[in-house]
Amino acid sequence: MLLFEIIAVAMAAVRANILRSVLTTLGIVIGVGAVITMVALGEGAQQRVEKQINLMGTTVLTIRPGQQFSFGVSRGDAQMSVEDAEALKAGTSGLLKVSPELQSRLQVAYLRWNSNNQMMGVWPEYFEIYNLGLSAGRFFDEGELNGRRRVAVLGHAVPGQLGETPGELMIGQTIQLRGIPFEVVGVLEEKGDAAFFRPDEQIFVPQSTAQFRVMGGRDRLNAIYAATATTAELDRAFGEIDRIMRREHRLQPGAEADFNIRNSADLLATFNETNETFTMLLAGIAGVSLLVGGIGIMNIMLVSVTERTREIGIRKALGATKAAIMTQFLVEALFLCVLGGLLGVGLGYGAAALMTRVAQWDTVVAPSAVVIALVFSAGIGLFFGIWPARRAAILNPIDALRYE
Amino acid sequence: MSELIIRTQGLTKHYVLGSETVKAVRGVDLEIEEGEFVAIMGPSGSGKSTFMNMIGCLDTPTAGEYWLDGQKVSDLSDDQLARVRNGKIGFVFQTFNLLPRATALHNVELPLIYAGVGSKERRRRAQEKLELVGLADRMDHKPPEMSGGQRQRVAVARALVNEPALLLADEPTGNLDSVTSADLMKQLGDLNKAGQTIVLVTHEHDIAEHARRQVHLKDGVIERDFENKPVEAAV
Repeated sequence: MLLFEIIAVAMAAVRANILRSVLTTLGIVIGVGAVITMVALGEGAQQRVEKQINLMGTTVLTIRPGQQFSFGVSRGDAQMSVEDAEALKAGTSGLLKVSPELQSRLQVAYLRWNSNNQMMGVWPEYFEIYNLGLSAGRFFDEGELNGRRRVAVLGHAVPGQLGETPGELMIGQTIQLRGIPFEVVGVLEEKGDAAFFRPDEQIFVPQSTAQFRVMGGRDRLNAIYAATATTAELDRAFGEIDRIMRREHRLQPGAEADFNIRNSADLLATFNETNETFTMLLAGIAGVSLLVGGIGIMNIMLVSVTERTREIGIRKALGATKAAIMTQFLVEALFLCVLGGLLGVGLGYGAAALMTRVAQWDTVVAPSAVVIALVFSAGIGLFFGIWPARRAAILNPIDALRYE
Repeated sequence: MSELIIRTQGLTKHYVLGSETVKAVRGVDLEIEEGEFVAIMGPSGSGKSTFMNMIGCLDTPTAGEYWLDGQKVSDLSDDQLARVRNGKIGFVFQTFNLLPRATALHNVELPLIYAGVGSKERRRRAQEKLELVGLADRMDHKPPEMSGGQRQRVAVARALVNEPALLLADEPTGNLDSVTSADLMKQLGDLNKAGQTIVLVTHEHDIAEHARRQVHLKDGVIERDFENKPVEAAV
C-alpha cells in the first residue's frame, strides 16, 4: 500500500517536470538504442554469413596455396598445379569430387557489348561441388575438358551484363573472352550473393581451355575444391587430401604444409569469431554512452534532491521514514531509466530498420538484446539513483524545513 | 487528575559550533497535561526553537529525558521518531510547509499515507478535517491558489488528521495579518475547548494571551510559568 503511494509520488514528480525528465533520459535512450542497433547489425551479419555458407554447401573443402618454407624460412607463396588436382582425384576415387580453379579477370565481348568478368577454368565436377543448377542449356562435359573446347557456361547475371535477356537467348551464341571466341552452352540459375563466392557474375570454361587457349599455359591454381557426399566423411577426406598433397609437394614428414585445407564450417567459425569481436567492440562503445546517460540521471537526481529539500523536510516531519524517502527517489531514478530504456529499444528498432532500408545491411533485433538492455538500464537507474536517494533520506528534517 | 502529555526532566541540548559549545537548552523540567493550551514564549536566543524541536521529536536531547503521551522518546532512533511524529504530533508551521504542487486534500492526506491508511479511509478523514476548518469548497485547490489564512487552515487540518496527542504550532501567525491571525487563534481555542492539547511557540504577547498557560524561556531555562487569566471570559 505504502509502496504504491510512493511510486505514485515519484511518477507525479516525473510528470511535473516532463521536459526535464525527457531530456534526462536522452542519454539512456541513445545508449540503449545504440547497443541494440549494434547488436542487431552483428546478429544480422552472422545470420547472413551462415545462410551463405549453407548455400555454398557444408561439405566443401577448399585447398589454397600457403607459404612455402625452406629450412623454416618462408620463400613466398607456394604453388598448386593441375597435377595436384589430378592426384587428388586419382587418389581419393569415390570419396571426393574434385575441381581445380584457374581464375582470371578479363574483358568479355558480345556483339557491341562489353563487360569485365571473372573467368573460371574448372572441371565439370565444379558444378556438382557447388550444387549449381542451370536455367538454360547444359554444362560442359569431360570430353570438352579433354578436347580443350571453347565452350562457356555463364553465371546468371552475365547475359544481362551483355545486353541479352532472357538468358536462354545466349545459348549457341558466341562471346569473346580476351578476344577468343567461345560458344555459350549453358546459363546458370541465380545463386545469390555470397561473401566469398559469387557465381552469378562469373563465366565458367573448361580448365584446360582456360589454361592453354586463354592464359598461355599458366596453370597456377587459385584453389582446388573438393566435396564429400556427407559431412561425416569430411574428417577422412581432410586426412586424405593432406596425405596426397604432402606427397605431391614432396614435403618431409612433420614439415610445415605449403597449402591450407579449409572447410566451410571453419570459415564460419572464423567469421563468427571476428564478427563477435567486432560486435562486442561496437556494443561496448555504445555501452559507454549508456554509462554517461546514467551519470546524467544521477546529476539530475542530485539537483532534484536539492530543489526538493523543503518537500523532503515536510515529508519527514509528517512521519516519512528514511526508507520511504529513499524509495521515493530510487523509484524516480528507476522510472526515468526504464522509460529511457523503452524509448531506446524503440530507437534501436527504428535505426536497425533504417540501416536495412538505406544501407541494405542485414539487421536482426534479438529479443535477448532487448531484455538485456532494459535490465541493464534499470540497473543503471538503481546504481546511479542510490547516492542521490541516500542524500535525500539522511537530510535532517529541521534543516530541510528551514531550507529556502 | 488528567494524563501527562509532555514530561521533560533536565532536558538539555548542546551544539558544537566550531570550537565553541552552545548550550541552547540547559535542563528544562516541564509537565503539560492533556487538554492544556500552553504558549512557550521567549526572545530569540532563548532556546525556544531548540526546545520546540525536541518537543516535536524533530531533534534529540544531549541529556535529559522526555516522555510524550506516556512513551519515552528521548532516546529513539530517527526512524522511530518519524513514527512518533506521524502518530502523536500534528505540526503547524509559520511558513505553512505545504506541498505546493499537491491539492489541499492531498496535503492533508500526507500523514495518513505514511501511517499506511488505505486510500478511501484517508480521503474520508482528510475531507472531514478540511470541513472542520471551513475549507470544504477548497479541497481541490493547490496552496499557491489560496490565501495565507486558507493555507494555514489546510495546515491545521493536516495537523489534526492523525488525531494527534499534541498539536504543536510554531509561530503559526507569523505570516498572517492581524484579522486572519485572530481567526486562527480562535480556531485553535475552539479545538482546545474540544479537548485538543496544544503547545504554541510564539514571541508575540497578544498571541500568547490566547493560551491558558504561558511558559517563558530565557537563556535555555524556564524563567516564568503561569496561568493566563481566561481571555474569553473577559470578552
